[in-house]
Amino acid sequence: MAITREDVLHLAELSNLRLSEDQIEPLIKDLDNIVGYISQLDELDTEGVEPTYQCFDMKNVWREDTIEEFEANREDLLNLTVESEDNQIKVPKVL
Amino acid sequence: MKIADKNTKAVDLVREALEKAKEFEQYHCFISMNEARALERAREIDEKIAKGEKVGRLAGVPYALKDNYLSREGVTTAAARMLDNFPSPITATAVAKLEAEGAIMIGRTNLDAYAHGSSTENSYFGPTHNAHDMERVAGGSSGGSAVATALGIVQFALGSDTGGSIRQPASYNGVWGVKPTYGTVSRYGVVAMASSTDTMGCFAKTAEDVDLVMSIMAGKDPKDSTTIDDFWNRELEDAKPKKKKIGLIKDFLGGGVDAEVVKAIRDYADKMKKAGFEIEEVEMPIMKYGLAIYYIVQPAEVASNLSRYDGVRYGHRAAEITDLDSVYSNTRDEGFMPENKRRIMIGNFVLSSGFFDAYYLKAQKARTLLINAYNEAFEKYDALLCAVAPAPAFKLGEKINDPLQMYMEDMMSVLPSLAGLPAISAPFTKSKGGLPIGVQLIGPRKSDQVLLNIAKTVEEVK
Repeated sequence: MAITREDVLHLAELSNLRLSEDQIEPLIKDLDNIVGYISQLDELDTEGVEPTYQCFDMKNVWREDTIEEFEANREDLLNLTVESEDNQIKVPKVL
Repeated sequence: MKIADKNTKAVDLVREALEKAKEFEQYHCFISMNEARALERAREIDEKIAKGEKVGRLAGVPYALKDNYLSREGVTTAAARMLDNFPSPITATAVAKLEAEGAIMIGRTNLDAYAHGSSTENSYFGPTHNAHDMERVAGGSSGGSAVATALGIVQFALGSDTGGSIRQPASYNGVWGVKPTYGTVSRYGVVAMASSTDTMGCFAKTAEDVDLVMSIMAGKDPKDSTTIDDFWNRELEDAKPKKKKIGLIKDFLGGGVDAEVVKAIRDYADKMKKAGFEIEEVEMPIMKYGLAIYYIVQPAEVASNLSRYDGVRYGHRAAEITDLDSVYSNTRDEGFMPENKRRIMIGNFVLSSGFFDAYYLKAQKARTLLINAYNEAFEKYDALLCAVAPAPAFKLGEKINDPLQMYMEDMMSVLPSLAGLPAISAPFTKSKGGLPIGVQLIGPRKSDQVLLNIAKTVEEVK
């Protein structure tokens, strides 16, 4: 398959990336090369093979649902944002 | 390892490291220094020693921290504009464990932004230079840590390895590098890349030193549910291989691997024979698909992990915004490097409807075949031997405009990562041009110390 300009624009939208015009052309070529390369897995027979999403044998690691002391306090965390007011993070109007 | 005691002052060890860091500034190993705090900590340790109080196993040992580890001492950037002013609110478990043993972080090292890359050229702050040739790359993504260790600025440095980011720069700079079994060291407080293969490890100049540092960092952490029980608890000399049989991966003795590197691997195999190991060439045809599997699985996980960077709660926020959507999309455009964007987009491609089965699911099935091939091999062999990277360090700028060529660097290092296996990069020889060439040993889960034991035994053969 060949990656088109439309594909790149669609992927940019899925990825929440605003791309300037000068970034689009090289991305068409680079993504096309990469997709061409990874497509070689088509050659491989994986009929009846189970997928591996995690390569360790643990499942459902539980812990007690208790409140623990966290090394950062509310102020530390709010200081990380650009804008806050009354202990809340501020963003532009949504509606 | 030079550790502070009655005769050696921690302050002197730290001063010496800081001076060397200045002397080698042109290599650009560091993104930021931790001078004042490091000296303060050294003084505290010296006072303890003077009073006869107990100090840790790494008392006063200066080390360098890859700048994707969080530590409340300063700013963690991940070498990306997105985090260029991010004061870490927490400290990584690995860092906390080292500091509890008295190790002292003198500075944070350069990397490819978000650890995406094999040369440290994808850093927002500019590249790091190879310790043996200023015109060549450090390797990556933990390039700054590898070079800081190779130049002797620090006695050890931390790295992270998702598909080769410790092993390849270790090989390029002639130092030891360990990528442990998946789950050995907590990932808590480290900037996530690809969660199913992210591992935390280190660089040092000897097998004993990497062993000591890893033994301290290893162990279960309630804050990272993938961590496994501490198995790094033997003396290195006691971690002897049982079979004394090594598989030499035949598929990497030809096409795609530089002749000089193949020769080095064959020479190493000969040296292993002298050390009493039986060497057998083993064909593993699935190996040649490793890179394709990795460049599906890893970008998919990257796309997911990097979706949290939206300019809202922390990190960079674009100045030019009109609405909430533009906070996200303009911030991400400005905050990420081109390679970050490519990986996010490839990840969203392989995960998107219509392509999921053909790429993502297919790759995860192929991953099972790869794991099966490893399991079969480890019934016969203690370890598998191959190169770390296809060639010695390349020139700065040589591959930066061709992402696929850059990915080819990882063709041999991504394989154990996909299977969660331990792999080490041991320094071995130099190319005709004087560039270091390391070797890679891969073993079954939790055989990390055995791999170090094997490589140390081989190193000692005259």
